[in-house]
Amino acid sequence: MEKPTIDSQGHTGLSRRSFVNSVATGAAAEAAVLTLPGAAAQTGTKPPQDGEMVAVVLQINGRTHSMNVEPRWTLQYVLRDRLGLMATKDGCERGECGACTVLIDGISRYSCLTLAVEAAGCQITTVEGLMNGEQLGTVQQAFIEEDAFQCGYCTPGQVVSVEALLRKTPEPTFEQIREGVSGNLCRCGAYNHIFRAAQRAAELRKVGRG
Amino acid sequence: MSAKFSYQRAVSIKDAAEATGRPGTRILAGGTDLLGCLRDGVFQTNRLVSINNIKELKGIRSRPGGGWRIGALTTLTEVAEHRQILESYPVLAQAAASVATPQLRNQGTLGGNLCQRPRCWYFRGQFQCRRKGGETCFAEAGQSLYHGIFGASQCYIVHPSDTAPALVALDAKVSIAGRRGTRLVPMSSFFVLPKDSLVKENVLEPGELITEILLDAPLTGTRSTYRKVRERASFDFALASAAVVLVMAEGKVRTARIVLGGVAPAPWRSTEAEKAVVGKPLDAAAVAAAAEAAVKGAVPMADNGYKVPLVRGILEETLTALSA
Ligand SMILES: Cc1cc2nc3c(=O)[nH]c(=O)nc-3n(C[C@@H](O)[C@@H](O)[C@H](O)COP(=O)(O)OP(=O)(O)OC[C@H]3O[C@@H](n4cnc5c(N)ncnc54)[C@H](O)[C@@H]3O)c2cc1C
Ligand code: FES
Ligand code: FES
Repeated sequence: MEKPTIDSQGHTGLSRRSFVNSVATGAAAEAAVLTLPGAAAQTGTKPPQDGEMVAVVLQINGRTHSMNVEPRWTLQYVLRDRLGLMATKDGCERGECGACTVLIDGISRYSCLTLAVEAAGCQITTVEGLMNGEQLGTVQQAFIEEDAFQCGYCTPGQVVSVEALLRKTPEPTFEQIREGVSGNLCRCGAYNHIFRAAQRAAELRKVGRG
Repeated sequence: MSAKFSYQRAVSIKDAAEATGRPGTRILAGGTDLLGCLRDGVFQTNRLVSINNIKELKGIRSRPGGGWRIGALTTLTEVAEHRQILESYPVLAQAAASVATPQLRNQGTLGGNLCQRPRCWYFRGQFQCRRKGGETCFAEAGQSLYHGIFGASQCYIVHPSDTAPALVALDAKVSIAGRRGTRLVPMSSFFVLPKDSLVKENVLEPGELITEILLDAPLTGTRSTYRKVRERASFDFALASAAVVLVMAEGKVRTARIVLGGVAPAPWRSTEAEKAVVGKPLDAAAVAAAAEAAVKGAVPMADNGYKVPLVRGILEETLTALSA
Protein backbone atom coordinates (compact mmCIF):
# COMPACT_ATOMS: atom_id res chain seq x y z
CA MET A 1 0.00 0.00 0.00
CA GLU A 2 1.29 3.45 -0.91
CA LYS A 3 2.12 5.67 2.08
CA PRO A 4 1.25 9.34 2.02
CA THR A 5 4.25 11.60 2.29
CA ILE A 6 3.98 15.06 3.70
CA ASP A 7 6.09 17.70 1.98
CA SER A 8 7.45 20.88 3.54
CA GLN A 9 4.23 22.78 2.83
CA GLY A 10 2.27 20.04 4.47
CA HIS A 11 0.79 18.78 1.20
CA THR A 12 0.58 15.08 0.80
CA GLY A 13 1.91 13.12 -2.09
CA LEU A 14 -1.25 11.08 -2.24
CA SER A 15 -3.02 11.28 -5.58
CA ARG A 16 -6.75 10.91 -5.88
CA ARG A 17 -6.20 7.73 -7.84
CA SER A 18 -3.97 6.13 -5.26
CA PHE A 19 -6.37 7.30 -2.60
CA VAL A 20 -9.28 5.51 -4.21
CA ASN A 21 -7.11 2.42 -4.44
CA SER A 22 -6.21 2.70 -0.83
CA VAL A 23 -9.86 2.79 0.12
CA ALA A 24 -10.43 -0.33 -1.93
CA THR A 25 -7.58 -2.25 -0.41
CA GLY A 26 -7.07 -0.79 3.00
CA ALA A 27 -9.91 -2.40 4.89
CA ALA A 28 -7.72 -4.55 7.13
CA ALA A 29 -5.98 -2.03 9.31
CA GLU A 30 -3.87 -2.63 12.36
CA ALA A 31 -5.11 -1.63 15.80
CA ALA A 32 -4.42 2.01 16.50
CA VAL A 33 -2.14 3.28 19.24
CA LEU A 34 -1.85 6.76 20.59
CA THR A 35 1.79 7.52 21.17
CA LEU A 36 2.25 10.57 23.28
CA PRO A 37 5.83 11.68 23.83
CA GLY A 38 7.24 9.67 26.71
CA ALA A 39 5.41 7.47 29.16
CA ALA A 40 5.16 10.33 31.66
CA ALA A 41 2.91 12.35 29.38
CA GLN A 42 0.61 9.38 29.08
CA THR A 43 0.06 9.22 32.81
CA GLY A 44 -0.54 12.94 32.75
CA THR A 45 2.20 13.75 35.25
CA LYS A 46 4.64 15.46 32.92
CA PRO A 47 3.46 18.88 31.81
CA PRO A 48 4.31 18.89 28.09
CA GLN A 49 5.73 22.08 26.59
CA ASP A 50 3.53 24.57 24.75
CA GLY A 51 2.63 23.35 21.30
CA GLU A 52 4.85 20.30 21.58
CA MET A 53 4.17 17.92 18.68
CA VAL A 54 2.45 14.70 19.57
CA ALA A 55 2.95 11.46 17.66
CA VAL A 56 -0.36 9.92 16.76
CA VAL A 57 -1.63 7.06 14.66
CA LEU A 58 -4.84 7.92 12.85
CA GLN A 59 -6.99 5.24 11.25
CA ILE A 60 -8.74 6.94 8.36
CA ASN A 61 -10.92 5.00 5.97
CA GLY A 62 -9.10 1.83 6.90
CA ARG A 63 -5.63 3.27 6.30
CA THR A 64 -3.07 3.91 9.00
CA HIS A 65 -1.43 7.32 9.15
CA SER A 66 1.44 7.78 11.62
CA MET A 67 2.19 11.44 12.03
CA ASN A 68 3.08 14.23 14.40
CA VAL A 69 0.38 16.75 15.16
CA GLU A 70 0.16 19.93 17.17
CA PRO A 71 -2.39 19.50 19.96
CA ARG A 72 -4.40 22.45 18.62
CA TRP A 73 -4.86 20.92 15.17
CA THR A 74 -8.42 19.87 14.53
CA LEU A 75 -9.21 16.65 12.75
CA GLN A 76 -10.70 18.76 9.96
CA TYR A 77 -7.38 20.58 9.49
CA VAL A 78 -5.39 17.34 9.51
CA LEU A 79 -7.71 15.65 7.02
CA ARG A 80 -7.70 18.52 4.58
CA ASP A 81 -4.46 20.39 5.00
CA ARG A 82 -2.12 17.62 6.12
CA LEU A 83 -3.50 14.53 4.41
CA GLY A 84 -5.15 16.05 1.37
CA LEU A 85 -8.50 14.41 2.04
CA MET A 86 -10.44 17.36 0.71
CA ALA A 87 -13.96 15.90 0.63
CA THR A 88 -14.47 16.83 4.27
CA LYS A 89 -15.38 20.49 3.88
CA ASP A 90 -14.62 23.59 5.85
CA GLY A 91 -17.66 25.77 6.28
CA CYS A 92 -17.65 27.54 9.63
CA GLU A 93 -15.08 25.88 11.92
CA ARG A 94 -17.45 26.36 14.84
CA GLY A 95 -19.98 23.55 14.73
CA GLU A 96 -22.68 25.50 12.93
CA CYS A 97 -22.86 24.05 9.44
CA GLY A 98 -22.04 20.33 9.31
CA ALA A 99 -19.84 20.47 6.20
CA CYS A 100 -17.04 18.80 8.18
CA THR A 101 -19.08 15.84 9.45
CA VAL A 102 -17.17 12.54 9.75
CA LEU A 103 -17.82 9.23 11.46
CA ILE A 104 -15.71 8.43 14.48
CA ASP A 105 -16.16 4.83 15.54
CA GLY A 106 -19.32 4.87 13.46
CA ILE A 107 -20.86 7.94 15.12
CA SER A 108 -21.22 11.30 13.38
CA ARG A 109 -19.26 14.25 14.74
CA TYR A 110 -17.99 17.59 13.57
CA SER A 111 -14.31 17.28 12.70
CA CYS A 112 -13.86 21.04 13.17
CA LEU A 113 -14.62 20.62 16.88
CA THR A 114 -12.58 17.44 17.33
CA LEU A 115 -8.86 17.60 18.03
CA ALA A 116 -6.77 15.22 15.94
CA VAL A 117 -5.01 14.03 19.12
CA GLU A 118 -8.39 13.01 20.49
CA ALA A 119 -9.27 11.01 17.38
CA ALA A 120 -6.13 8.88 17.68
CA GLY A 121 -7.06 5.30 18.36
CA CYS A 122 -10.51 5.63 16.76
CA GLN A 123 -11.79 4.52 13.36
CA ILE A 124 -12.31 7.69 11.31
CA THR A 125 -14.51 7.55 8.22
CA THR A 126 -14.87 10.41 5.77
CA VAL A 127 -17.14 10.47 2.74
CA GLU A 128 -14.24 9.05 0.71
CA GLY A 129 -14.45 5.98 2.93
CA LEU A 130 -18.09 5.32 2.03
CA MET A 131 -17.21 3.98 -1.42
CA ASN A 132 -17.69 0.30 -2.19
CA GLY A 133 -14.35 -0.17 -3.91
CA GLU A 134 -14.67 1.71 -7.19
CA GLN A 135 -18.47 1.87 -6.83
CA LEU A 136 -20.38 4.62 -5.12
CA GLY A 137 -21.80 3.74 -1.72
CA THR A 138 -25.56 3.48 -1.33
CA VAL A 139 -25.98 6.96 0.12
CA GLN A 140 -23.79 8.55 -2.55
CA GLN A 141 -25.75 6.68 -5.23
CA ALA A 142 -29.05 7.87 -3.75
CA PHE A 143 -27.88 11.50 -3.71
CA ILE A 144 -27.18 11.28 -7.44
CA GLU A 145 -30.45 9.54 -8.23
CA GLU A 146 -32.45 12.13 -6.32
CA ASP A 147 -30.42 15.12 -7.50
CA ALA A 148 -29.83 16.04 -3.87
CA PHE A 149 -27.43 18.92 -4.36
CA GLN A 150 -26.83 22.09 -6.30
CA CYS A 151 -23.37 23.50 -5.59
CA GLY A 152 -22.42 20.34 -3.71
CA TYR A 153 -20.51 22.03 -0.92
CA CYS A 154 -22.63 20.60 1.87
CA THR A 155 -22.95 17.20 0.20
CA PRO A 156 -20.07 15.27 1.81
CA GLY A 157 -21.36 16.25 5.24
CA GLN A 158 -24.96 15.42 4.30
CA VAL A 159 -23.92 12.02 2.96
CA VAL A 160 -22.01 11.19 6.14
CA SER A 161 -24.98 12.27 8.28
CA VAL A 162 -27.38 10.11 6.28
CA GLU A 163 -24.93 7.20 6.57
CA ALA A 164 -24.83 7.68 10.36
CA LEU A 165 -28.62 7.84 10.49
CA LEU A 166 -29.13 4.68 8.46
CA ARG A 167 -26.58 2.71 10.48
CA LYS A 168 -28.57 3.53 13.60
CA THR A 169 -32.06 3.61 12.10
CA PRO A 170 -32.17 1.50 8.91
CA GLU A 171 -35.79 2.40 8.15
CA PRO A 172 -36.21 6.00 9.29
CA THR A 173 -39.46 7.92 9.25
CA PHE A 174 -39.58 11.25 7.44
CA GLU A 175 -39.30 13.03 10.80
CA GLN A 176 -36.25 10.97 11.72
CA ILE A 177 -34.64 11.90 8.41
CA ARG A 178 -35.27 15.59 9.00
CA GLU A 179 -33.79 15.30 12.47
CA GLY A 180 -30.92 13.17 11.16
CA VAL A 181 -29.68 15.87 8.80
CA SER A 182 -30.68 18.83 10.98
CA GLY A 183 -27.01 19.43 11.77
CA ASN A 184 -26.14 19.98 8.12
CA LEU A 185 -27.01 23.28 6.53
CA CYS A 186 -27.51 23.57 2.78
CA ARG A 187 -27.13 27.10 1.45
CA CYS A 188 -28.69 26.04 -1.82
CA GLY A 189 -31.79 24.81 -0.05
CA ALA A 190 -31.74 21.31 -1.55
CA TYR A 191 -33.36 19.95 1.59
CA ASN A 192 -36.36 18.24 0.03
CA HIS A 193 -34.10 16.37 -2.37
CA ILE A 194 -31.77 15.46 0.49
CA PHE A 195 -34.70 14.01 2.45
CA ARG A 196 -35.72 11.98 -0.60
CA ALA A 197 -32.15 10.79 -1.09
CA ALA A 198 -32.12 9.52 2.47
CA GLN A 199 -35.35 7.63 1.84
CA ARG A 200 -33.91 6.24 -1.40
CA ALA A 201 -30.69 5.19 0.33
CA ALA A 202 -32.71 3.32 2.94
CA GLU A 203 -34.50 1.47 0.10
CA LEU A 204 -31.24 0.65 -1.70
CA ARG A 205 -29.82 -0.77 1.51
CA LYS A 206 -32.94 -2.79 2.21
CA VAL A 207 -32.66 -4.38 -1.23
CA GLY A 208 -28.96 -4.92 -0.55
CA ARG A 209 -29.77 -6.71 2.70
CA GLY A 210 -32.22 -8.87 0.80
CA MET B 1 -6.85 28.14 14.38
CA SER B 2 -6.51 28.70 18.10
CA ALA B 3 -3.31 29.75 19.86
CA LYS B 4 -0.92 26.95 20.79
CA PHE B 5 -1.45 24.81 23.86
CA SER B 6 -0.13 21.54 25.15
CA TYR B 7 -2.23 18.45 25.68
CA GLN B 8 -2.37 15.60 28.08
CA ARG B 9 -4.74 12.76 28.77
CA ALA B 10 -5.68 12.27 32.38
CA VAL B 11 -5.78 8.61 33.39
CA SER B 12 -7.81 9.00 36.57
CA ILE B 13 -10.06 11.51 38.32
CA LYS B 14 -7.26 12.31 40.77
CA ASP B 15 -4.85 12.82 37.91
CA ALA B 16 -7.33 15.17 36.20
CA ALA B 17 -7.90 17.18 39.39
CA GLU B 18 -4.17 17.58 39.94
CA ALA B 19 -3.52 18.57 36.33
CA THR B 20 -6.36 21.09 36.13
CA GLY B 21 -5.33 22.75 39.35
CA ARG B 22 -2.38 24.34 37.54
CA PRO B 23 -2.97 27.88 36.27
CA GLY B 24 -4.12 28.27 32.68
CA THR B 25 -5.29 24.68 32.37
CA ARG B 26 -8.68 23.65 30.99
CA ILE B 27 -10.59 20.40 30.99
CA LEU B 28 -11.46 18.96 27.59
CA ALA B 29 -14.54 16.76 27.31
CA GLY B 30 -16.43 16.74 23.97
CA GLY B 31 -14.76 20.02 23.02
CA THR B 32 -17.87 21.43 21.32
CA ASP B 33 -17.89 24.55 23.46
CA LEU B 34 -14.27 24.77 24.54
CA LEU B 35 -12.69 24.54 21.08
CA GLY B 36 -15.04 27.22 19.75
CA CYS B 37 -14.08 29.54 22.62
CA LEU B 38 -10.36 28.92 22.04
CA ARG B 39 -10.67 29.42 18.32
CA ASP B 40 -12.51 32.70 18.76
CA GLY B 41 -10.06 33.87 21.44
CA VAL B 42 -12.79 34.23 24.09
CA PHE B 43 -10.13 32.98 26.49
CA GLN B 44 -6.78 31.25 26.22
CA THR B 45 -5.27 28.14 27.69
CA ASN B 46 -1.74 26.83 27.89
CA ARG B 47 -2.75 23.25 28.57
CA LEU B 48 -5.73 21.06 27.84
CA VAL B 49 -6.32 18.05 30.03
CA SER B 50 -8.50 15.54 28.24
CA ILE B 51 -10.69 13.53 30.58
CA ASN B 52 -12.04 11.34 27.80
CA ASN B 53 -10.04 8.27 28.80
CA ILE B 54 -11.42 8.14 32.33
CA LYS B 55 -13.87 5.24 32.18
CA GLU B 56 -15.56 5.95 35.53
CA LEU B 57 -16.89 9.20 34.10
CA LYS B 58 -18.88 7.45 31.38
CA GLY B 59 -22.35 5.97 31.30
CA ILE B 60 -25.62 5.79 33.20
CA ARG B 61 -25.94 3.44 36.18
CA SER B 62 -28.70 2.72 38.69
CA ARG B 63 -28.08 3.69 42.31
CA PRO B 64 -28.39 1.01 44.99
CA GLY B 65 -31.20 2.79 46.90
CA GLY B 66 -33.10 3.82 43.73
CA GLY B 67 -32.46 6.59 41.25
CA TRP B 68 -29.71 6.97 38.69
CA ARG B 69 -26.19 8.33 38.36
CA ILE B 70 -25.07 9.84 35.08
CA GLY B 71 -21.34 10.13 34.49
CA ALA B 72 -20.09 13.57 33.43
CA LEU B 73 -18.80 12.18 30.12
CA THR B 74 -22.12 10.64 29.12
CA THR B 75 -23.05 12.14 25.78
CA LEU B 76 -26.27 14.07 25.30
CA THR B 77 -27.37 11.44 22.76
CA GLU B 78 -26.97 8.77 25.42
CA VAL B 79 -28.96 10.81 27.94
CA ALA B 80 -31.72 11.56 25.41
CA GLU B 81 -32.09 7.92 24.32
CA HIS B 82 -31.63 6.04 27.59
CA ARG B 83 -34.77 4.01 28.27
CA GLN B 84 -34.98 4.67 32.01
CA ILE B 85 -34.25 8.37 31.62
CA LEU B 86 -37.01 8.59 29.03
CA GLU B 87 -39.40 6.75 31.34
CA SER B 88 -38.58 8.26 34.71
CA TYR B 89 -37.22 11.71 33.85
CA PRO B 90 -38.83 12.85 30.57
CA VAL B 91 -37.86 16.45 31.37
CA LEU B 92 -34.17 15.52 31.20
CA ALA B 93 -34.44 13.31 28.10
CA GLN B 94 -36.38 16.05 26.31
CA ALA B 95 -33.92 18.74 27.38
CA ALA B 96 -30.94 16.68 26.15
CA ALA B 97 -32.72 15.94 22.87
CA SER B 98 -33.38 19.65 22.35
CA VAL B 99 -29.68 20.54 22.45
CA ALA B 100 -28.07 21.54 19.16
CA THR B 101 -27.72 18.90 16.42
CA PRO B 102 -27.20 15.10 16.22
CA GLN B 103 -23.45 15.59 15.74
CA LEU B 104 -23.14 17.94 18.72
CA ARG B 105 -25.21 15.63 20.91
CA ASN B 106 -22.99 12.72 19.87
CA GLN B 107 -19.87 14.50 21.06
CA GLY B 108 -21.18 16.94 23.67
CA THR B 109 -21.20 15.58 27.21
CA LEU B 110 -23.53 16.28 30.13
CA GLY B 111 -20.67 17.69 32.24
CA GLY B 112 -19.61 19.96 29.40
CA ASN B 113 -23.20 21.05 28.84
CA LEU B 114 -23.41 22.28 32.44
CA CYS B 115 -20.03 24.06 32.28
CA GLN B 116 -20.31 25.64 28.83
CA ARG B 117 -19.67 29.37 28.70
CA PRO B 118 -22.37 31.93 27.91
CA ARG B 119 -23.33 32.81 24.35
CA CYS B 120 -23.68 36.59 24.87
CA TRP B 121 -22.42 38.02 21.58
CA TYR B 122 -20.27 40.59 23.34
CA PHE B 123 -18.66 37.94 25.54
CA ARG B 124 -18.07 35.73 22.48
CA GLY B 125 -16.94 38.65 20.34
CA GLN B 126 -13.98 40.98 20.55
CA PHE B 127 -15.27 42.91 23.54
CA GLN B 128 -13.42 43.22 26.81
CA CYS B 129 -16.64 42.90 28.80
CA ARG B 130 -17.08 42.49 32.56
CA ARG B 131 -17.23 38.70 32.27
CA LYS B 132 -13.77 38.84 30.70
CA GLY B 133 -12.48 41.07 33.49
CA GLY B 134 -13.27 44.36 31.72
CA GLU B 135 -15.27 47.30 33.02
CA THR B 136 -18.28 47.47 30.73
CA CYS B 137 -21.31 45.36 29.97
CA PHE B 138 -21.89 46.18 26.32
CA ALA B 139 -25.42 44.78 26.39
CA GLU B 140 -26.53 47.53 28.75
CA ALA B 141 -26.41 50.16 26.01
CA GLY B 142 -26.07 47.78 23.06
CA GLN B 143 -28.11 44.98 21.52
CA SER B 144 -29.95 42.89 24.07
CA LEU B 145 -32.19 40.69 21.95
CA TYR B 146 -30.97 37.44 23.53
CA HIS B 147 -30.09 38.68 26.99
CA GLY B 148 -31.72 38.09 30.35
CA ILE B 149 -34.81 39.42 32.07
CA PHE B 150 -34.07 38.01 35.54
CA GLY B 151 -31.20 37.87 37.99
CA ALA B 152 -28.89 40.36 36.30
CA SER B 153 -26.57 42.82 37.95
CA GLN B 154 -23.79 44.38 35.90
CA CYS B 155 -23.93 41.47 33.44
CA TYR B 156 -26.97 40.24 31.50
CA ILE B 157 -25.94 36.84 30.15
CA VAL B 158 -28.38 33.95 30.03
CA HIS B 159 -27.19 30.49 30.94
CA PRO B 160 -27.11 28.57 27.65
CA SER B 161 -27.55 25.02 28.94
CA ASP B 162 -30.76 23.11 28.26
CA THR B 163 -30.01 20.28 30.67
CA ALA B 164 -29.34 22.68 33.57
CA PRO B 165 -32.97 23.80 34.11
CA ALA B 166 -34.09 20.17 33.83
CA LEU B 167 -31.60 19.01 36.45
CA VAL B 168 -32.51 21.86 38.82
CA ALA B 169 -36.19 20.99 38.38
CA LEU B 170 -35.38 17.34 39.21
CA ASP B 171 -33.50 18.47 42.33
CA ALA B 172 -30.45 16.53 41.10
CA LYS B 173 -27.09 16.65 42.83
CA VAL B 174 -23.73 17.10 41.26
CA SER B 175 -20.70 15.22 42.48
CA ILE B 176 -17.52 17.27 42.27
CA ALA B 177 -14.01 15.86 42.63
CA GLY B 178 -11.07 18.02 43.63
CA ARG B 179 -7.54 17.59 44.83
CA ARG B 180 -8.73 17.14 48.40
CA GLY B 181 -11.60 14.76 47.76
CA THR B 182 -15.19 14.99 46.56
CA ARG B 183 -18.17 17.14 47.49
CA LEU B 184 -21.84 16.84 46.67
CA VAL B 185 -23.66 20.03 45.66
CA PRO B 186 -27.39 20.36 44.95
CA MET B 187 -27.88 21.37 41.34
CA SER B 188 -29.86 24.36 42.62
CA SER B 189 -26.74 25.82 44.28
CA PHE B 190 -24.25 24.81 41.57
CA PHE B 191 -24.79 27.89 39.40
CA VAL B 192 -23.88 31.40 40.53
CA LEU B 193 -25.34 34.77 39.62
CA PRO B 194 -23.34 37.88 38.64
CA LYS B 195 -23.85 39.23 42.15
CA ASP B 196 -21.73 36.30 43.40
CA SER B 197 -19.20 36.30 40.58
CA LEU B 198 -18.92 38.25 37.38
CA VAL B 199 -16.41 35.92 35.78
CA LYS B 200 -17.73 32.42 36.39
CA GLU B 201 -21.10 30.72 36.10
CA ASN B 202 -20.78 27.97 38.69
CA VAL B 203 -19.12 27.05 41.97
CA LEU B 204 -16.29 24.96 40.49
CA GLU B 205 -12.84 25.96 41.74
CA PRO B 206 -9.61 25.37 39.83
CA GLY B 207 -8.71 21.71 40.12
CA GLU B 208 -12.32 20.62 40.46
CA LEU B 209 -14.32 18.64 37.96
CA ILE B 210 -17.82 17.23 37.75
CA THR B 211 -17.72 13.45 38.02
CA GLU B 212 -21.41 12.60 37.98
CA ILE B 213 -24.97 13.78 38.34
CA LEU B 214 -27.18 12.02 40.87
CA LEU B 215 -30.92 11.63 40.39
CA ASP B 216 -33.33 10.38 43.05
CA ALA B 217 -36.01 7.87 42.14
CA PRO B 218 -39.11 9.81 41.06
CA LEU B 219 -42.02 9.84 43.54
CA THR B 220 -45.30 8.22 42.50
CA GLY B 221 -47.43 10.71 40.62
CA THR B 222 -44.49 12.58 39.11
CA ARG B 223 -45.03 14.24 35.72
CA SER B 224 -42.38 16.27 33.96
CA THR B 225 -41.66 18.03 30.71
CA TYR B 226 -39.23 20.42 29.01
CA ARG B 227 -40.37 23.04 26.54
CA LYS B 228 -37.89 25.12 24.58
CA VAL B 229 -38.63 27.90 22.13
CA ARG B 230 -35.93 28.86 19.66
CA GLU B 231 -35.75 31.21 16.74
CA ARG B 232 -34.84 28.45 14.30
CA ALA B 233 -36.48 25.09 14.86
CA SER B 234 -33.69 22.86 13.48
CA PHE B 235 -31.13 23.90 16.07
CA ASP B 236 -30.59 26.89 18.27
CA PHE B 237 -30.17 27.99 21.85
CA ALA B 238 -33.33 28.70 23.82
CA LEU B 239 -34.95 32.12 23.57
CA ALA B 240 -36.71 30.84 26.65
CA SER B 241 -37.49 27.43 28.05
CA ALA B 242 -39.22 25.82 30.99
CA ALA B 243 -38.47 22.62 32.89
CA VAL B 244 -41.45 21.56 34.97
CA VAL B 245 -41.62 18.68 37.45
CA LEU B 246 -44.91 18.13 39.27
CA VAL B 247 -45.96 15.50 41.77
CA MET B 248 -49.72 14.96 41.58
CA ALA B 249 -51.85 13.37 44.29
CA GLU B 250 -55.63 13.03 44.36
CA GLY B 251 -56.12 15.35 41.43
CA LYS B 252 -54.06 18.14 42.99
CA VAL B 253 -50.52 19.36 42.67
CA ARG B 254 -48.62 18.15 45.72
CA THR B 255 -45.22 19.62 44.85
CA ALA B 256 -43.97 21.63 41.90
CA ARG B 257 -40.57 22.68 40.63
CA ILE B 258 -40.68 25.19 37.79
CA VAL B 259 -37.34 26.30 36.35
CA LEU B 260 -36.83 28.67 33.43
CA GLY B 261 -33.98 28.61 30.95
CA GLY B 262 -32.70 31.26 28.53
CA VAL B 263 -33.83 34.15 30.70
CA ALA B 264 -31.26 34.52 33.51
CA PRO B 265 -27.54 34.01 34.17
CA ALA B 266 -28.42 30.72 35.89
CA PRO B 267 -31.38 28.36 35.62
CA TRP B 268 -34.18 30.48 37.11
CA ARG B 269 -36.41 28.75 39.60
CA SER B 270 -39.76 30.45 39.96
CA THR B 271 -41.01 29.68 43.47
CA GLU B 272 -43.84 32.18 42.85
CA ALA B 273 -45.13 30.11 39.95
CA GLU B 274 -44.75 26.95 42.04
CA LYS B 275 -46.79 28.48 44.89
CA ALA B 276 -49.55 29.36 42.44
CA VAL B 277 -50.20 25.70 41.63
CA VAL B 278 -49.30 23.75 44.78
CA GLY B 279 -52.32 22.37 46.63
CA LYS B 280 -54.63 23.06 43.69
CA PRO B 281 -56.03 21.11 40.79
CA LEU B 282 -54.16 22.05 37.63
CA ASP B 283 -57.09 23.91 36.06
CA ALA B 284 -57.09 26.93 33.77
CA ALA B 285 -57.17 29.39 36.68
CA ALA B 286 -54.15 27.84 38.41
CA VAL B 287 -52.24 27.65 35.13
CA ALA B 288 -52.91 31.31 34.35
CA ALA B 289 -51.96 32.36 37.86
CA ALA B 290 -48.67 30.45 37.67
CA ALA B 291 -47.81 31.91 34.26
CA GLU B 292 -48.49 35.41 35.55
CA ALA B 293 -46.55 34.84 38.77
CA ALA B 294 -43.52 33.58 36.85
CA VAL B 295 -42.95 36.88 35.05
CA LYS B 296 -43.76 39.14 37.98
CA GLY B 297 -40.22 40.28 38.77
CA ALA B 298 -39.02 40.39 35.15
CA VAL B 299 -36.85 43.35 34.17
CA PRO B 300 -36.75 43.48 30.37
CA MET B 301 -33.97 45.32 28.55
CA ALA B 302 -34.25 47.44 25.40
CA ASP B 303 -34.67 44.55 22.92
CA ASN B 304 -35.84 41.53 24.89
CA GLY B 305 -39.29 42.50 26.14
CA TYR B 306 -40.74 39.68 24.03
CA LYS B 307 -39.36 37.20 26.56
CA VAL B 308 -42.02 38.20 29.09
CA PRO B 309 -45.07 37.03 27.10
CA LEU B 310 -42.95 34.16 25.75
CA VAL B 311 -42.29 32.81 29.25
CA ARG B 312 -45.96 33.23 30.12
CA GLY B 313 -47.00 31.32 27.00
CA ILE B 314 -44.47 28.54 27.55
CA LEU B 315 -45.72 28.00 31.08
CA GLU B 316 -49.38 28.03 30.07
CA GLU B 317 -48.59 25.46 27.43
CA THR B 318 -46.45 23.12 29.58
CA LEU B 319 -48.70 23.23 32.64
CA THR B 320 -51.78 22.62 30.51
CA ALA B 321 -50.04 19.69 28.81
CA LEU B 322 -49.13 18.22 32.20
CA SER B 323 -52.68 18.59 33.50
CA ALA B 324 -54.00 16.09 30.95
C1 LIG C 1 -23.66 25.35 17.05
C2 LIG C 1 -23.85 25.00 18.50
C3 LIG C 1 -25.13 24.92 19.01
C4 LIG C 1 -25.33 24.58 20.34
N1 LIG C 1 -26.60 24.51 20.81
C5 LIG C 1 -26.82 24.22 22.13
C6 LIG C 1 -28.13 24.15 22.64
O1 LIG C 1 -29.12 24.32 21.93
N2 LIG C 1 -28.30 23.87 23.96
C7 LIG C 1 -27.24 23.65 24.78
O2 LIG C 1 -27.45 23.38 25.96
N3 LIG C 1 -25.98 23.71 24.32
C8 LIG C 1 -25.74 23.97 23.02
N4 LIG C 1 -24.46 24.03 22.54
C9 LIG C 1 -23.35 23.92 23.46
C10 LIG C 1 -22.63 22.58 23.46
O3 LIG C 1 -21.28 22.86 23.36
C11 LIG C 1 -22.95 21.85 24.72
O4 LIG C 1 -24.30 21.48 24.62
C12 LIG C 1 -22.14 20.58 24.99
O5 LIG C 1 -22.87 19.73 25.83
C13 LIG C 1 -20.82 20.85 25.67
O6 LIG C 1 -20.24 19.63 26.07
P1 LIG C 1 -18.74 19.24 25.68
O7 LIG C 1 -18.50 17.90 26.28
O8 LIG C 1 -18.51 19.36 24.24
O9 LIG C 1 -17.96 20.35 26.47
P2 LIG C 1 -16.49 20.95 26.27
O10 LIG C 1 -16.48 21.89 25.15
O11 LIG C 1 -15.48 19.85 26.28
O12 LIG C 1 -16.39 21.73 27.65
C14 LIG C 1 -17.18 22.88 27.91
C15 LIG C 1 -16.65 23.56 29.19
O13 LIG C 1 -16.90 22.74 30.32
C16 LIG C 1 -15.68 22.36 30.95
N5 LIG C 1 -15.89 20.96 31.34
C17 LIG C 1 -16.20 19.92 30.52
N6 LIG C 1 -16.41 18.80 31.24
C18 LIG C 1 -16.23 19.13 32.54
C19 LIG C 1 -16.31 18.41 33.77
N7 LIG C 1 -16.62 17.11 33.82
N8 LIG C 1 -16.05 19.08 34.94
C20 LIG C 1 -15.73 20.40 34.90
N9 LIG C 1 -15.65 21.14 33.78
C21 LIG C 1 -15.90 20.51 32.60
C22 LIG C 1 -14.59 22.61 29.94
O14 LIG C 1 -13.37 22.92 30.55
C23 LIG C 1 -15.16 23.78 29.16
O15 LIG C 1 -14.89 24.98 29.81
C24 LIG C 1 -24.22 24.32 21.19
C25 LIG C 1 -22.94 24.40 20.68
C26 LIG C 1 -22.73 24.73 19.35
C27 LIG C 1 -21.34 24.78 18.82
S1 FES D 1 -17.03 23.37 9.51
FE1 FES D 1 -17.52 22.04 11.15
S2 FES D 1 -19.60 22.45 11.45
FE2 FES D 1 -19.06 23.96 9.98
S1 FES E 1 -25.91 21.94 -2.36
FE1 FES E 1 -25.06 23.94 -2.13
S2 FES E 1 -24.90 24.07 0.02
FE2 FES E 1 -26.03 22.28 -0.20
